[in-house]
Amino acid sequence: MLFRIKRFDGEKEYWSEYEVEVRKGMTVLDALFYIRENLDGSLAFRVSCRMGVCGSCAMKINHKPRLACETQIADLKSDVIVIEPLDNYKVIKDLIVDFDGFFKKHAKVKPYLIRKVENYEKPVELIQTPKQLDSYYQFALCIKCGACYSVCPASATRKDYLGPAAFASAYRFIKDSRDEGKEERIPEVACDGGVWRCHFAAECSEVCPKNVDPAKAVQKLRWEAVKHSIRSLLRW
Amino acid sequence: MRVQHDIVIVGAGLAGLRAAIAAAEKNKNLSIAIISKTYPIRCHSVCAEGGTAAVLREDEGDSFDLHAWDTVKGSDFLADQDAVEFFVREIPREILLLDNWGCPWSRREDGKIAQRAFGGQSFNRTVFAKDRTGLHEVHTLYERSLMYPNIVRYDEYFLTNLIIEDNEIRGVTAIELKTGDLILFEAKAVILATGGAGRLYGFTTYSHQVTGDGMAIAYRCGIPLKDMEFFQFHPTGLVPSGILISEAARGEGGYLRNKFGERFMEKYAPERMELAPRDVVARAMWKEIIEGRGFESEHGAYIALDLTHLGEEKIEERLPLIREAAKKFVGIDPVEEPLPVRPVAHYTMGGIHTNMWTETPVKGLFAAGEVACVSIHGANRLGSNSTAECLVFGRVAGEKAAEYAMRKDLKHVSNEIYKEEEKRIYDEFLGKSGDESPYQIKKELNEVMDKCFWIFRTGEEMKEGIKKIRELKERYKNVEIVDKKRRFNTDLIYAFEVGFMLDLAEVVAVCAYARTESRGAHYRLDYPNRDDENWLKHSLAYYTPQGPKLEYIPVKITKWKPVERKY
Ligand SMILES: Cc1cc2nc3c(=O)[nH]c(=O)nc-3n(C[C@H](O)[C@H](O)[C@H](O)COP(=O)(O)OP(=O)(O)OC[C@H]3O[C@@H](n4cnc5c(N)ncnc54)[C@H](O)[C@@H]3O)c2cc1C
Ligand code: SF4
Ligand code: FES
Repeated sequence: MLFRIKRFDGEKEYWSEYEVEVRKGMTVLDALFYIRENLDGSLAFRVSCRMGVCGSCAMKINHKPRLACETQIADLKSDVIVIEPLDNYKVIKDLIVDFDGFFKKHAKVKPYLIRKVENYEKPVELIQTPKQLDSYYQFALCIKCGACYSVCPASATRKDYLGPAAFASAYRFIKDSRDEGKEERIPEVACDGGVWRCHFAAECSEVCPKNVDPAKAVQKLRWEAVKHSIRSLLRW
Repeated sequence: MRVQHDIVIVGAGLAGLRAAIAAAEKNKNLSIAIISKTYPIRCHSVCAEGGTAAVLREDEGDSFDLHAWDTVKGSDFLADQDAVEFFVREIPREILLLDNWGCPWSRREDGKIAQRAFGGQSFNRTVFAKDRTGLHEVHTLYERSLMYPNIVRYDEYFLTNLIIEDNEIRGVTAIELKTGDLILFEAKAVILATGGAGRLYGFTTYSHQVTGDGMAIAYRCGIPLKDMEFFQFHPTGLVPSGILISEAARGEGGYLRNKFGERFMEKYAPERMELAPRDVVARAMWKEIIEGRGFESEHGAYIALDLTHLGEEKIEERLPLIREAAKKFVGIDPVEEPLPVRPVAHYTMGGIHTNMWTETPVKGLFAAGEVACVSIHGANRLGSNSTAECLVFGRVAGEKAAEYAMRKDLKHVSNEIYKEEEKRIYDEFLGKSGDESPYQIKKELNEVMDKCFWIFRTGEEMKEGIKKIRELKERYKNVEIVDKKRRFNTDLIYAFEVGFMLDLAEVVAVCAYARTESRGAHYRLDYPNRDDENWLKHSLAYYTPQGPKLEYIPVKITKWKPVERKY
């Protein structure tokens, strides 16, 4: 099978083509390894877990962002496999894109549990029923693979737009019954590069390999933001 | 370029992240750096599935002594009992801290943290977050770490060396992958938390990044590696990829069956059945396979892991990741059909020699997590004790390093050292030509390890294995790195990792060959019995240019005298 891979070496962009013999059960990641080990050692891509949990291997495969390790070649039903780096990120080399900005945006939404009182030496068990857990759990499944961000039209046009993954994370903590930081977090997501910029293309949810549904999180966050402003007005 | 920090932590898995938080909690004014070759949430720890062991319910019948006893017995009495006793008392607090920091622990109906059964436990004490425990633990720690302004991260930096003078740590060197620049980190204290060495083996559950870098670098710097002959084989690796099917699958009630449909564990561990410790179950499975009672397939023989009787609801609730992985990677839904599994290389019991305060023999250098050998796992780790170890000893390392850094001044490293390292990497390694491929050498190394240092070992085979590893080491001197550019050079990194693995393979091999007994995961057909008279001791391997030099130190025994291990 023919693999066409978009390359970048820091100076120039070009395409490489490789012929790979495909076995049953082979993933796109297996093919990339085969190429690197046998045909071209200079091909650069990220990989770690090879089981869909670390988020390293998101890339564009036949024009759609997917995890290479989870993508069976046979399922693509195509004679040519075209592989490109994710859109909306700066390419460092070949399939490796710069994630620093993505992680900084995630950090901006205060993606951690905020408690008014903490005891580092003697923490106590917090109670959370299975139902309360279920209400946010789906949003805790995000592996920060960045696929959603790469198809997001708002992220493409505005550098400061926080992006779907960051919002999913913010919503995950707002919905966590143990969290007491909602009032601090909402201003972070309702800011200039915040949820109001979303175009509701909903492509983010469509490409998410972990079914996190960030578009839903954005929608819910907007409602939270509205409630928050009403609350602040009343307090006034 | 050169940067300075009070503490440099290498590795951002469970152990490294926990260490950073502990150091930051200890003192807000310390400047703490975390260096890692992958982004923190891309570390190997996210793969941990089943859970983390902790005594939470003394009122319901569990106790510290029980957890300690299970651990010591599981270790085949090679664990240091003082460390184990300390460990079991510390871990509950870690579970609660993670709870307070947002970890989505699975819950009981009453809203308390749930626990499940795991191999070798006399109480169901494994705390879990579905079967994505590691993922949630790592994300929780990473996100928590963002709250401390004095933690600075260097993501995607590759450690190349430790700088030690007068037996004291001075710092480390690392390549910034994005640019390819070599950076000198000067530090008062350094913590190694770089994880295990599982990719020594070909059939393995480990992430691709687990190549033993920290162990190998420490070893080359003269720090001894302890108990490296003990490598854990997990009973249930998915065939053919080796992706882990967590022990939780058996904890939740799964069966192992041979091709006659028999639950063969009856013969090997009548009391604990599928939930005997891993070494016992893995050997039983391998025996079934060798004796022709496995299923045949184009990817070799396998055993069936049968979950079909658990029902869809339970599988979806407790084991969703396994179900997703099985569907995606072998196209089987465990709700409907048994999964093809085979024992698989899974955990590095050995590691950098430390005491129970995570101190290495070099002043100011600490090690924690899978890279270290304290030892609490001895010859065989119990499932769910390792993430627990990362949390407990990560914390200890962070605190000890902080205390150490607070009483020390920063000493500068000479420019010569930096220049030499740069020359070694770029002129002598990257710039060199040769006719060997690191990928080919790695492949052959995996073949030797999978053949000669697998579940059943013999002196003869191991001798052959050692010879082969040494040949590979010779050939490695001739490797050529194809990609000559510095920018994000994964070819260069791979070549480094293969070099590290060759050194570690030799240590595993030499230690295993020397130990003429069977204990825990180290099982020799030519010495099938445990020999406490001669071998109740830890091995230490020291680097020499001719190969590892071995020494032995006694095991610390507090309460529990070795007895025969029956399950
Ligand atoms: C599939 C699987 C499932 C498991 N499930 C469980 C479980 O359910 N319960 C349990 O208790 N244990 C489990 N274990 C074991 C446990 O996951 C590991 O022992 C543990 O996560 C190791 O954590 P660590 O922090 O020591 O290292 P890692 O998580 O491996 O982290 C190592 C860090 O060091 C960095 N690093 C490595 N080399 C370099 C270098 N040269 N330069 C810079 N940085 C470097 C890496 O980038 C990474 O950040 C499982 C293991 C496997 C393989
Ligand atoms: S929301 Fe989905 S697509 Fe986006 S980063 Fe998380 S896992 Fe990836
Ligand atoms: S390699 Fe980890 S998600 Fe693909």
